[in-house]
Amino acid sequence: MRPTLIAAAVLALSVSLPAAAQTIYPLNRAEILAGSRFDLKVEFPGLVDAAKVRLTLNGKDYTSVLGQRAEMIPDETGKGESNLILRDVSLNKAGQYVVEATDGSNTQKVTWNVYATPAKARAKNVILFIGDGFSIGHRTAARILSKGIEDGKYKSKLAMDDMDAMALLTTQGTDSIITDSANAASAYTTGHKTCVNALGVYCSRAKGSLEHPKVETLTEIAKRQGLAVGVVTNSEIEDATPASMVAHTRKRSDYNDIVKMFHDSRIDVMMGGGSPNFLPKSTPGSKRSDEDNYIEKFQSSGYAFATTKAEMNAAASNAKTTRLLGLYNTGNIDGALDLKFLKKGSVSKFPEQPDVVEEMNAAIKILSRNKKGFVLMVESSRIDKYSHSMDAERAIYDTIMLDNAVRAAKDWSKANGNDTLIMVTADHSHGVNVVGTVDDEQPGDEMRNKIGLYEAAGFPNYPAPDADGYPDKVDVSKRLRLVFANTPDFYETYRPYMDGENVPAVKNADGAIVANEKYKSVPGAIFVTGNLPNKGSRAANQGVHTGDDVILTATGPGADKVRGQMENSDLFRVIADALALGKPAAAKK
Amino acid sequence: MPLPVRTGGTRRRFLLALSALAASPLLRAAELLRFDGLYKSNTVLGLQFAERTLALKGETVRLRGYMAPPLKPESNFFVLTREPVAICPFCSSDAEWPVDIVVIYASKTVIPTSFSERIEVEGKLEVGSYTDPVTGFVSQLRIRDAVFHRIT
Repeated sequence: MRPTLIAAAVLALSVSLPAAAQTIYPLNRAEILAGSRFDLKVEFPGLVDAAKVRLTLNGKDYTSVLGQRAEMIPDETGKGESNLILRDVSLNKAGQYVVEATDGSNTQKVTWNVYATPAKARAKNVILFIGDGFSIGHRTAARILSKGIEDGKYKSKLAMDDMDAMALLTTQGTDSIITDSANAASAYTTGHKTCVNALGVYCSRAKGSLEHPKVETLTEIAKRQGLAVGVVTNSEIEDATPASMVAHTRKRSDYNDIVKMFHDSRIDVMMGGGSPNFLPKSTPGSKRSDEDNYIEKFQSSGYAFATTKAEMNAAASNAKTTRLLGLYNTGNIDGALDLKFLKKGSVSKFPEQPDVVEEMNAAIKILSRNKKGFVLMVESSRIDKYSHSMDAERAIYDTIMLDNAVRAAKDWSKANGNDTLIMVTADHSHGVNVVGTVDDEQPGDEMRNKIGLYEAAGFPNYPAPDADGYPDKVDVSKRLRLVFANTPDFYETYRPYMDGENVPAVKNADGAIVANEKYKSVPGAIFVTGNLPNKGSRAANQGVHTGDDVILTATGPGADKVRGQMENSDLFRVIADALALGKPAAAKK
Repeated sequence: MPLPVRTGGTRRRFLLALSALAASPLLRAAELLRFDGLYKSNTVLGLQFAERTLALKGETVRLRGYMAPPLKPESNFFVLTREPVAICPFCSSDAEWPVDIVVIYASKTVIPTSFSERIEVEGKLEVGSYTDPVTGFVSQLRIRDAVFHRIT
């Protein structure tokens, strides 16, 4: 059978390659937007003679194709290994490129697909919604609480369900089947796959986190085309998902560098928490290691600055505002359940925080002043954070908040020309499942035996949702049972965490992760042995990401490209196509 | 003010010496600070030290909180937080420190306690920005020459 023979031959070829062949970045099968900039790096397995090194693209010497000479980095790692790097190159002509690098004895080749986009944009604007960690269990739970069921059917649809197109996105990266928010978001904003913790770079062997081969971000590309760009979130603005709009670093924790990258990117609107990395070191509460005052830097670059909802709305209402920096908390902005109902978390310290919907509305107001259009990322980040902390109700309320933002965006688009591509997705999943209900009215003291399964689950008794889809009470007598599949040791309480976010597990003096004793005395709580590592560097003190696919729904011009199963990096191409971003790069920076 | 020493017996002098000692900071119980009271305000634009915190600069103080998992082993350095920190923030890219942490330089190498047990730290209060030369950790408040014990 011929196909099998070919497959076997390919396999034999791939396993017979020398173990230490050179690595070429971008990696094999990279999809590259025509005209976008990237760094080309070749890592040789040993020290090589620069005179013997050859690099060709489709058989032509690289200098004739890329128009610049490579720099040899003789021994970056100190282990006797040579590297070749070209910064900020681009390929304007679409097609397959076979890139071959040789050091005289070893040869390695990769194939890239450079794609063009239609000459004319189909969409004026793109709004990309990311529910961080947003999984099917969250979606179902949010739908049950905010829409309700009658005669076996939901009374109405979530805004993010009521879309024209849907696809399954796969989220794995270059290093692992499991992704984190950095490489996942980076796939969306660059179209390139990368590894855990990395943003806007391929993970090479470079030592410094800022020295890895870069790929261009959506912000850089869209700004070059004259579009306005924004990102709003309820996490710290430096956190991985919003940072993916501007950052190039192997290490998402490079918060101070990321603040500088935000500033250098000239992104038009950015809002979230995380002010300490904007404050000079000498200001108490700063997390900077230098005296740079980024609030002043943004202001002198023409940004309006807001620290409260009122200041944000005032800035957005001022017709002259075209740039806004909004920082509403030192850490993450509180989630919807705390912000609107329980008033826990940091709400007493920061009572004037906007929610994600309000941030988005202000951002659209400002960005839509750009006549050429805009790109906006809207993140509901704490679906993920509350799933890490195994706090089901908080995660569900932030899913409802995400849906409210989607509805507002759809309404805005309808009223403003219907030329906005709206996409809603997650960056990765969590192991969350709706398994039934917990009914306090069941006999006995054992909470576990109050769980209703199958027909005994029936329907929860949350009060009817308010106008924004939130029930105003979560500690009802018959509650939804949303469980977490992957856990550390913890005490299961079967109840919402009314006094503040759950902290399921802590480290003990020996460095092992153990259940947080705080919940031991909650009536009916039971100890649950975890199923995740509890010792050593892999120990998990919380729920963790899963490798399940995530759902992408889309509506508006360009949404027809969303279908079937797609790589997460393909989402970038949907945006690039809709906005016709594949235009030759102008003169280099 | 000079002690009003008059001529008299040794007993009287001994009593005077005792009362002088009692008035000295060494014997007075160190003031117990509270995390809530360290700062006058906590805003997006930074923290402002409370008057009392500034007044106690250089004095011996006590503070209760939780030891965060040490940033490096075999060290006299650790971070004291208001609530237990579940994670080692340097080990997990998702984590960030609360802004109101206090850095502790213990008088000897720290043997970690359980990170979920409250401890009381006593030592000399240092106020103002400082970068730890080894870890690069920036802090606004430190307690030096510190000793600590578990609060039962």
